[in-house]
Amino acid sequence: MTAGIDLGHPQAQSVRSDEDVVRVRQLVRTVAVAVKLSLVDQTKVVTAASELARNTLVYGGGGSVEVATVENGRRKGVRIVFADSGPGIADLDLALTDGYTTGGGLGLGLSGSRRLVDEFEIETSPETGTRITVTKWSR
Amino acid sequence: MALSTEESGRLAALLSGQADRVTSRWTEIVTSSLRGRLSQAELRRQVQDLHSAIVATSEQGDIDLSADNAAELRAALADLSRGRARQGFSATETTVSIFALKDVLAELVQEAGGANALNDYVAFAKLVDEMGLFTFESFVRTRESLIADQAEQLLELSTPVVKLWEGVVAVPLVGTLDSARAQVVMERLLQTLVDTSSPYAIIDITGVPAVDTQVAQHILKTVVAARLMGADCIISGIRPQIAQTIVALGIEFGDIATKASLADALRHVLRLSGVETARRQPRRGA
Repeated sequence: MTAGIDLGHPQAQSVRSDEDVVRVRQLVRTVAVAVKLSLVDQTKVVTAASELARNTLVYGGGGSVEVATVENGRRKGVRIVFADSGPGIADLDLALTDGYTTGGGLGLGLSGSRRLVDEFEIETSPETGTRITVTKWSR
Repeated sequence: MALSTEESGRLAALLSGQADRVTSRWTEIVTSSLRGRLSQAELRRQVQDLHSAIVATSEQGDIDLSADNAAELRAALADLSRGRARQGFSATETTVSIFALKDVLAELVQEAGGANALNDYVAFAKLVDEMGLFTFESFVRTRESLIADQAEQLLELSTPVVKLWEGVVAVPLVGTLDSARAQVVMERLLQTLVDTSSPYAIIDITGVPAVDTQVAQHILKTVVAARLMGADCIISGIRPQIAQTIVALGIEFGDIATKASLADALRHVLRLSGVETARRQPRRGA
């Protein structure tokens, strides 16, 4: 993880239903606007958050999302942590392959959101569940 | 936290002994808390209903708000909070109507005096608290059901299928496209295609703030379903940021025609169906 100093307080949102996914989206959009991401980058990070929050809900059985602003020298960014205590991801490489899905979706959520953000980190195990950290920096 | 038979007997005696005075004093306190937003007559009627429900229940012996014999009292409380919730009163303004009874009881108990005065008042106050909480609960339930109703109405409202031209229908999607809405949209669109026997449908996503894989999948399914019925679907309203996001996500729309604006989509469809549009020549010397 790159050195980043948190600005203000991280905002937390639990993910237990589809409405919570919408709330996560709105929260991420608010923070993305606050750190002055461009419209394209806002849309990208909001879409990635939507994908990952839905994964947290559908595959992780619900969890929590934390949104924080980070700073790295002159650049600001949004850092989002998705955590669940679900069964974890059995084969990470396979899960990150375009078109692979176990749930009937398009199979692009996890792999696609990796392309939508600047930094992408996954920790997963059957004991502790899955924790994904993504960061999008302003240009 | 039930009232024992003796306590409820004393409560019944206290309340029915000076019924008129109790209801007037109660109404007075409630009226001042609502600042004239309900008429005195209406409040008096509500208070009288509650009063008679409490007396009726306490005359039957011990009062336990969750027991069967308190059903009438619970119904009266639920009635009151439902009414208030629908009239737009706040939770405080609703529960204060119940808590006002405490003030009345305090005055009555003080006047009556006796060795049990304090114990009685504490027991009565507990009952009133319980009634207040029950009212609050049913107030919240009413509000929640109102919100659920409104969400459902919104679902209905926000998915119109409009006819743009002979044989061309359009669905302007606005807001979040979740599974429930996607289902409504698909049903409406397919039904309209049949009803109007339109060969073309335009799905406009200008108002959809973010297109993720779930939204894309819903749209793709709708397009495939429309195709099975012999209609051609065009997706319009793809803004630059959405286009770039779709590319990065790796979603492929395949051979489905997509356009940046609804106008482009309509022009495309008109051309496909052989409709010529031409600007009228300006008249010379006019």
